[in-house]
Parts: sequence; structure tokens; C-alpha cells
Amino acid sequence: MAVATKPSSGRWSASKTRSLLTGLAFISPAIIGFIAFAAWPIVQSLYYSFTDYNIFQPPYFIGLENYQDLVNDRVYRIALVNTFYMVFIGLPIHLVFNFFMALLLATQIRGLSIYRTIFYLPSITPVVASTIVWLWLFNGQYGILNEIIGWFGIQPIGWLTDPRFTKPSLIFMGMWFGGNTILIYLAGLRDVPVSLLEAAELDGANALRKTWHVTLPMISPVIFYTLIINVIGYFQYFTEAWVLTATRDGAAGGPLNSMLFYAMYLYQSAFQLFKMGYASAQAWVLFAIVLIATGLLFRFSGWVYYRSEE
Amino acid sequence: MSASESLSRTTANAMQPRGLSSRRNQDRLMKALAYLIASFVALAFVFPLYWMVTTSLKTDVEIFKVPPTLFPLDPQWQNYPASTQYIPFWQYMFNTLVICALTIIGTVISCSLIAYGFARVRWPGRNAVFIVYLSTIMLPAQVTMIPLYIVFRQMGWVGTMWPLVVPAFFGNALYVFLLRQFFMTIPNELTDAARIDGANELGIFWRIMLPLLKPALATVALFTFVATYRDFLGPLIYLTEQNQWTISLGLKMFQNMYGAQWQLMMAAATLTMIPTMILFFLTQRTFIEGIALTGIKG
Repeated sequence: MAVATKPSSGRWSASKTRSLLTGLAFISPAIIGFIAFAAWPIVQSLYYSFTDYNIFQPPYFIGLENYQDLVNDRVYRIALVNTFYMVFIGLPIHLVFNFFMALLLATQIRGLSIYRTIFYLPSITPVVASTIVWLWLFNGQYGILNEIIGWFGIQPIGWLTDPRFTKPSLIFMGMWFGGNTILIYLAGLRDVPVSLLEAAELDGANALRKTWHVTLPMISPVIFYTLIINVIGYFQYFTEAWVLTATRDGAAGGPLNSMLFYAMYLYQSAFQLFKMGYASAQAWVLFAIVLIATGLLFRFSGWVYYRSEE
Repeated sequence: MSASESLSRTTANAMQPRGLSSRRNQDRLMKALAYLIASFVALAFVFPLYWMVTTSLKTDVEIFKVPPTLFPLDPQWQNYPASTQYIPFWQYMFNTLVICALTIIGTVISCSLIAYGFARVRWPGRNAVFIVYLSTIMLPAQVTMIPLYIVFRQMGWVGTMWPLVVPAFFGNALYVFLLRQFFMTIPNELTDAARIDGANELGIFWRIMLPLLKPALATVALFTFVATYRDFLGPLIYLTEQNQWTISLGLKMFQNMYGAQWQLMMAAATLTMIPTMILFFLTQRTFIEGIALTGIKG
């Protein structure tokens, strides 16, 4: 980590100053961007979170009132719980499914590029367009999904209308959007040295044990990476649920707010009700949750195995 | 380790004939199972797209047929031109492509400069600064969204595309990371020689590095295009005037206004997907390599 500051003579030379200035000049867009689009807004939103602010009048300091209101806000609590549902139930299901699919594709399957394309396509199609397609598939009366389950004698399901099924429906739909992660895992799996797998095989390990004792540890850094990125992403879950539930007058969340997620409620507070202070408090609570979650993941990352650089 | 390893290896060798053949059968079974599951899931993945296209070619009566028809009885190709009439489809498409183009230009220029500064110029504190910069990837957009909106509003930029485009000119930590990885693979001899010949850093960057970086820049450009084309929340916040909407906003309005015209919505959805699909098929390798890079090196 301290490569750059390797002291050659211990003295600050003119050439060092010049290289510092050159380096800073090259990264100057990042410095400006970091201050303008990250550091300053973070601090500013913390300030707003202690104010009553509707953008038409100047912010008015109210201390912790916004945070106290959050504690008593029933709808906010629903959004929070729904979001945790996606992070703790949806995300693991998706990652396990994606990993399983990657394992299948890594078995030297023929026509790999076709499978890869099929699994990846939903990840690059515009979310709104594909979610509208799912809206049609989920349609209670004329949707094909109810028709298909009907072939197996299952009664029609209110995929998006029955509060018991709405979130499972979102998770089901989300499996379709995971191709990106499948490809990341697949690339990781192809990086696992064949010699290790062969050695395990010679030692009499079956496919399951090979996967558990060799493949998993070897690609654990990749799993860890997708876990971190997706935990952060799932806490911000927005577009799919918004497209499925938002009505013409801007209401969103579905039946009994069963599809109201954190980022949706925050958006509504800020840009529909112009409660900027209240929304900023929500943003900071989200920030704290995400920081704690990633902190915990790093803290308990002992299972991640980093290959030493040869 | 080595002793037990060699021991188990000799026992494995001794049992080879029987053990290997049963293993081969087991392998064959596993492989057949892998094909079966992968094919089934692949079919399930294609199905929504198939259903979208099928529906887009039905009449407004046929879409509500119970049980549904798997193929359109009489393909209604005119649904496609019709769907572009219900909303100003081409206007929205044009707006989207303008935003994409400007975002790509900004991202490619800024990220390649920044990545060069982090990878090829040695300066004190560089790695620490890089780690701080990289951590912004983990910052939820919601935390900065409100102050940025307020500032852009004071600047009179709400209702224009500038809040979506201008930040791209100030770098993106993920793509900087990606380009930095590429820069680090280029041997130092190349740049040292130029430096001895008296070239300055900007000259080295421009004449030696950028040409070598083309494939990586293509990856960044592609990813930026897809991300910008798919974006919904940004346009939803800032594009308050209907004539500036992107195609994603337009599609959502289409659904809100003409929710029962599924055949037209599916036609519009198909048209919206076509550009990214064509792009993907033309540039598959760049995509796949880029994904592998973001995942593995992370």
C-alpha cells in the first residue's frame, strides 16, 4: 500500500513535487467530482436531515425531529421491512441461483456462448421495457404465468395483487435479471486452476466435495465481491417495483404497500411531497445501514480465501 | 501435506481401473443433467422475450383470448408503427441517444485521464487517495441525491439533461478502476523510452497510452451506454418536461395511459430493446471480457 511513498532519500525533491503535481493534474476531474458529487452532498444531506425544508422556503433547523418522526412512521417501517426482505431473502436466493447456473455452464458445456447470451440479455435490456413485459406475464386474468401453472392444476395466483405473493413475485422476476452475476461467477470459475481440481479428483473427491473444498474457496473473493455490490444495490431497489406499481397520479407500492421499498418512499418524500429534510434523514439512515452491513461483511470475511501472489 | 498427498495418490492409483470407469459414468450422468437443467432455464429465460414479441403481433382482441394463443393468428405488423404514434417514440429515442452519447464522451475522457494519473504517474499518497476514491462505488445514490437536486435546481438545470450528463465528465470510480487495471499491464519500458526522448506526460498519455487502451475504452463506452440507456431514476428526477423524456420514462407513461393496449406496449418494448441487443451481438467479446474484469479483479 505504501509503494508510492517509498522514501528514496527521505528528502522531498523537486522531481517529487513535479510528479505530485502531474498526478494531481491527471486526477483533477476525480478530485472535483469527489468533492462536488460525493463529499459535499454527504455533509449537506446530513445538515438537511436536521431541518424542515420544502425547497420553496429556506431550511429551518428542527434538530432530531425528522429522525423521531421516522421511528413513528408506519409506512416508513413497511418500506424498511420490505427492503430487508429483499436483501435477506431475495438476494441470497438470487446469488445461489446465479452461482448454480455458473457451475452448470462451467462443466464444459457445448454451445456455451449461446447459453451465455441467453442468460445475459435480460441484464442489458432496458429495465422499464422488460419490467413492463413482466407486468404482462404476471397479469392476473390474461397473464401467461397463471395459464402455465393452470396446466399443472394450480389455481391462478394474484402475483402482483395478493400481498402474500407480491414480494416472492419480485424475487422470481429478479432471477431473470441476474445474468450479469452468472457471467462474473463463470469467469471466476474458469480461473480455478484445473490442476487443483484434478488433484482433488485423484484424492477421491466427488463432484460435490470438489465444489465445496476446492472451487468455493478459490472463487470466494468473487463471491465476496458480488455479495458486497449486491447488498448495496438491493438496499436501493427501486426501478422494477416502481414500474410495476406506480400509477398515473404517482402513488406506488402495490397492494397494502407490500411492494413499497426504501428508495421508493424516499423518492416520494423528496420529489412528490418535497419533504427534503425528512427524505435526507431517510437517506442518512440508509447510509448508516449500508455502512454497517458492508462493515459486518468485511468483519466476517474470514471465509474469503485470497490466493497469495506467486 | 505432501506426504499424505502422495500416499493418497498411490492408493488412488492402485484402485484406478474400477474407480475411473465408474467415475466416468458418473461424469457422463452429471453432464447430461447439466445440459438438461441449463436448457430448461435457458428456455425459461427466453420465454418472456418470446412472449413479448408474440403479444406485439396480436390484435387487441387476441391478446385477451383464454386460453392464450402461442402464435399470433394473423401477425399485426402495423402494431409497430402504431406503437410509435401513441407516444413520441422517436423523439424519446433521440433524447435518450443524445444523453447516452454525451455521457459516454464525458466518461471516456475523464476516466482515462484519472486512471492514468492513478496508474502511471508515481506521486506520494497515490494509493491512499485511490482507495478513498474507490470507496465511492459503495455510496448509495440516495445519500447525495437530495443536495444535488437542490443545487441543480438553483442552477436552473432541473428540466434539462445537464444533471444527468455533466457528472460523467468528472469520472466514475468503477470505470477508473477498470482502466487502471489495463494501464498497469502496459510495460514501463514503453513510457520510459518516450520520457527519455523528452515527451511530457500528456504527450505520453495521448500518443502512446490511448492507442493501446482502445479495447478497454470500448468496454467502458459499452458499459456506460447500457447503464445510461437503462437508467430510470435519474431521468425520473430531472427530466420534468415531457419533450425531454427518455425512452424509459416514455414507456412508463405509455403503460400508465394505455395500460390495456398490451400489444402496442409490447411492440414499443421490443423496439426499445433492439438497440442494446444489436450492440450486444456486435460486441459480445468486449462485453464478456469486461464483466470478467470487473468481477475478478474486484
